[in-house]
Amino acid sequence: MRITVTVNGQPHTREVEPRLLLVHFLRDELSLTGTHWGCDTSNCGVCTVQLDGVPVKSCTVLAVMADGHEVTTVEGLERDGELDAVQKGFVECHGLQCGFCTPGMLLTARALLDRVPDPDEGQIREAISGQLCRCTGYENIVRSIRWAAEASQKVAESEARQ
Amino acid sequence: MSYGPMHRKEDARFIRGRGNYTDDVRLPGMLYGAVLRSPHAHARVVSIDTSAAEALPKVKAVITGQTLAGLGLAWMPTLSQDTQAVLATDKVRFQGQEVAFVVAEDAYSARDALELIDVEYEPLDAVIDARKALDENAPVIRDDLEGRANNHIFDWDAGDRARTDALFEQADVTVAQDMLYPRVHPAPLETCGAVADFDKVTGKLTIWCPTQAPHAHRTLYAMVAGLPEHKIRVISPDIGGGFGGKVGIYPGYVCAIVGSIVTGRPVKWMEDRSENLMSTAFARDYHMHGEIAATRDGKIQAIRVKVLADHGAFNGTAQPTKFPAGFFHVFSGSYDIEAAHCEVTGVYTNKAPGGVAYACSFRVTEAVYLVERMVDVLAAELNMDPADLRMRNLLKPEQFPYHSPTGWEYDSGDYPRALRLAMDMIGYDKLRAEQADKRARGELMGIGVSFFTEAVGAGPRKHMDILGLGMADGAELRVHPTGKAVLRVSCQSQGQGHETTFAQIVGQELGIPADDVEVVHGDTDQTPFGLGTYGSRSTPVSGAATAIVARKVRDRAKIVAAAMLEAAPDDLEWADGKWSVVGDPATGKSMAEIALAAHSNLELPEGVEGHLDAVTVYNPPNLTYPFGAYICVVDLDPGTGQVKVRRFVAVDDCGVRINPMIVEGQIHGGLADGVGMALMQVMAFDEDGNHLGASFMDYLLPTSMECPSWELGETVTPSPTHPIGAKGVGESATVGSPAAVVNAVIDALGPYGVRHADMPLTPANVWRVINGDPFRTDLAIP
Amino acid sequence: MQVPAKFEYERADSVPHAIELLERYGPDARIVAGGHSLIPMMKLRLAQPEALIDINGLAELGRIAVEGDELAIGALVRHAELLDSTTATNLFPIFRDAERVIADPIVRNRGTVGGSLCQGDPSEDLSAVFSALRATAVIQGPGGTRTVPLREFHRGPYETAVAENELLIQLRVPIAPGTGSAYEKVERRVGDWPVAATGAVITVRDGVIAQAGIGLTAVGAEHFCAPEAEEFLRGKAPGEETFAEAARIAAEHCEPHADQRGPADFKRHLAGELTKRALTRANLNVAGSATDPNVAGSATDPNVAGSATEGRI
Repeated sequence: MRITVTVNGQPHTREVEPRLLLVHFLRDELSLTGTHWGCDTSNCGVCTVQLDGVPVKSCTVLAVMADGHEVTTVEGLERDGELDAVQKGFVECHGLQCGFCTPGMLLTARALLDRVPDPDEGQIREAISGQLCRCTGYENIVRSIRWAAEASQKVAESEARQ
Repeated sequence: MSYGPMHRKEDARFIRGRGNYTDDVRLPGMLYGAVLRSPHAHARVVSIDTSAAEALPKVKAVITGQTLAGLGLAWMPTLSQDTQAVLATDKVRFQGQEVAFVVAEDAYSARDALELIDVEYEPLDAVIDARKALDENAPVIRDDLEGRANNHIFDWDAGDRARTDALFEQADVTVAQDMLYPRVHPAPLETCGAVADFDKVTGKLTIWCPTQAPHAHRTLYAMVAGLPEHKIRVISPDIGGGFGGKVGIYPGYVCAIVGSIVTGRPVKWMEDRSENLMSTAFARDYHMHGEIAATRDGKIQAIRVKVLADHGAFNGTAQPTKFPAGFFHVFSGSYDIEAAHCEVTGVYTNKAPGGVAYACSFRVTEAVYLVERMVDVLAAELNMDPADLRMRNLLKPEQFPYHSPTGWEYDSGDYPRALRLAMDMIGYDKLRAEQADKRARGELMGIGVSFFTEAVGAGPRKHMDILGLGMADGAELRVHPTGKAVLRVSCQSQGQGHETTFAQIVGQELGIPADDVEVVHGDTDQTPFGLGTYGSRSTPVSGAATAIVARKVRDRAKIVAAAMLEAAPDDLEWADGKWSVVGDPATGKSMAEIALAAHSNLELPEGVEGHLDAVTVYNPPNLTYPFGAYICVVDLDPGTGQVKVRRFVAVDDCGVRINPMIVEGQIHGGLADGVGMALMQVMAFDEDGNHLGASFMDYLLPTSMECPSWELGETVTPSPTHPIGAKGVGESATVGSPAAVVNAVIDALGPYGVRHADMPLTPANVWRVINGDPFRTDLAIP
Repeated sequence: MQVPAKFEYERADSVPHAIELLERYGPDARIVAGGHSLIPMMKLRLAQPEALIDINGLAELGRIAVEGDELAIGALVRHAELLDSTTATNLFPIFRDAERVIADPIVRNRGTVGGSLCQGDPSEDLSAVFSALRATAVIQGPGGTRTVPLREFHRGPYETAVAENELLIQLRVPIAPGTGSAYEKVERRVGDWPVAATGAVITVRDGVIAQAGIGLTAVGAEHFCAPEAEEFLRGKAPGEETFAEAARIAAEHCEPHADQRGPADFKRHLAGELTKRALTRANLNVAGSATDPNVAGSATDPNVAGSATEGRI
């Protein structure tokens, strides 16, 4: 079946089997290997991408279901050579170790901040509760997202003053 | 100074999705493998019909045990001198065991083909309960081993039995407790897998594989497959977490290699999550009986333990050869104890092999859990505060180096200081007052203390090897003419940040920025030999090798600098990252200046070659002994059995901290493991051997919601034997934290007279414990 | 990674089209919406439908609205949308309670209300919720629509009243003044299926309970409800002892089975304990006090994605 999916702003048309999972479409058809997979049962969340701006587990979405929709992956976070605030936050606060859950965490963090620009710790913990991390004990992921929220607010404030 | 918090060099690629994990490797013409696994825990393989699978258009090969037998590869050696089936030929011995391997044009077709393989099994009675493995009528699992008439693997003991028993006979007070450290799994988010590429023309085999020990793998492949070792290249790319689960060689790796040899094309095999949980290295599964002898006023005199160790169907534990129970015999813990003795019996069961995995520091996890639970049991018996009881018995700073009753030499420590700091941080006395108030109102909260001493950094070659390979690590350092350096090490990061930490060590030793040091690892063609990263050994062994090789380079630089300054080397001093004439800092030569000179036409003294590089092999004189004091606070709902971890204070002493940010990250992760194991993680089996935790729906790992915000403290007691005083920290928190959580829950249940309950303390288990009716957490819930 | 077996894929552009496709493909076709129950089962090859009919494009099934004295919830409403709907959660705080503990925030962005009910899992949270609410299911087939009380919707584990050529399109919940509701769940870990869970809905008039709904899941309660306990409550003044007795009756009438979440006696205990707690909290938000004291201050759930527009797909 012929589908067109807009990934990180770029439309991609491919002939695919209906059973092809979105995560494999991204990884194998488009070579966007930043999106990982870690389980078969929609539990671990390392495959999280944004579908029309909403975080979804791409191992449980068929590629054909994304036909005509927009997908954002970790590769799409950096804009014009400028890292997203959440990417910077994860570096600043050591929010990653092995890096395997990181892309999914970044996309959830981005979606959270788009919706709740100044989340408290509880809101952050709840937002990432569908994604496992085996390295960080979540502490520094929470701090990284808080860092991104604060950094974004500082930028917004300084822009407002100008 | 290069030590201190520094952003990780690794992060730049990971935050952009540019990591390169095994499943990201794509080679031209690559085929895909899939493993067919046994649905039975114990069954005879009567026949395997692969014809329908082979007829599928995209299938290139179907490999069975028979195919492998023809190549002499149906069985492979384990890391414990046992053998393990690569693909079953005679019997299957655990649910999930490898039976056949399909190679196809794409991964989906390989999966489809598995459905078409027809295997006829004759089911046999299975041995699931380790406590019944040695029963006279138990089915014999390993009838492949000649002369084997039962399921017994080994008996092993340590310590002084007679002295221990004598102390028990005279003791005022003795307590005893049975406890199970259940079977758990490290479950890194990246599963295991391999890409094998055998080039028939050059005879070179290249394997990409998330291995924690690439050099050991290369040597083992050479030994198993009879391939020349210089024609084998193991590349361990970025690893999505290891935690000890990626040390050994799994049958799938061998199948991928055979698949590539058979088809002449590269073959990728990645296991799925169920395969990962069902077949790769489990951890723990220790059934323990502990006893403590003490005086009435709380002086611990002796401790003894009996362990029944469930090793699964093949003895595949990974630990130094001399120690079949790993370092379990460090179980006398952090206390000044006169005598101790342990006996460990290993048995086969119809479960997956493994046993030493999951950040356990070669079973220090089990040892710490045992002694820390036992101390709380004693505290309950004596009606003493568990923190007071610990303080009374902790080793004193002046006792170091301390010779333990089971043969260890603890290098350094100030234990009371660490415990006092933890108690201050958490406000121990105030919490006890709050607990008393709550109890009066019928509310349950608990405070759990644990104190651990780890033994890490294996290890001295004289005592420690794996399959005859001594546990020393090489390092190579080369400084380029412009003063930029490349370090090559044998250990392999799975997220620990070696590219950053090891660069900091070199930077510190050579007086150059850590950013000017590139760390090369994970490729056996590019790095010196060494045993890999597990047992918290990277910083203690490879980190030491790095410091030593950097010092060798610095010494070479001194000779070059002397030539540059036309001075005698003995007249130079190393100050502010430069070699200068003693008392004249203005003469200082930086490493960049010296490096350029070393590659120039500068005349060097007779016998001194040019360039600036060095190699070394570090053979540790002793292990290092990190320690820490942990305190956990829980709230418990007696109506539902739910436990909420409210606070967790962790004071760690891992000696000198190279990058404190990374150290703290390592501790955070281990603390989450403790919450997970104490409250939810378990792999249980029903009586037929069906795995009851074979997916993330049932093998539960802690999320952000179960973890509190960790509160960390530190003390620094440098290791006297390590060149920079570091001790290793990767597994400390996983080792130390489960006991703190369990002790907190048991403390909360004090009003019910509860002294012990086995992990995991799920709502159901807690409720049953309250009702005086706990269940076996390793079996199906009745 | 595990992957599904081959199947045909069709996209429905209207409800009648979906029904037509169901008729064309016959019994081996399955409807897919969020896919978060079905696709994992297909990957594990526990389900191997020959055709999937994708209804994600049917915007008309994605609305939440008050219609007369009923709250209408489209079958395609995502869990996150129900959680984010102040219309729904102000009327029935039980929705907020339950949706915050169903799976995880990311799954909730995709999974649908209709999909959860049609999966018919004996541990489904929403089955208890809608059963407690005495909702009605609206089902459309070739001959038009029909309604089925939720308490007759489930015919057994993984079996529902929806025929092979029919589609669940909507849930309708009766609105009555003086109603309070709450949901209580015990899980082994956040995101897990319940060990046991209870929803309670009570309508109080003139100081006595005029109507009570108790929904139970994962404890073997027939049709996910506790009619004997509900009957006991009717006509009584709400209060601790009354609730305790109702909880005892509810526990007595369920038939839980042991599994890795817990032994049967524990689940029965929880059925009682959680019924008591849910009734107590439901009573607290009776009479227009739509704000549940236990969730005060967290009215904004950070996890619901996108805008808060009602009925958005």
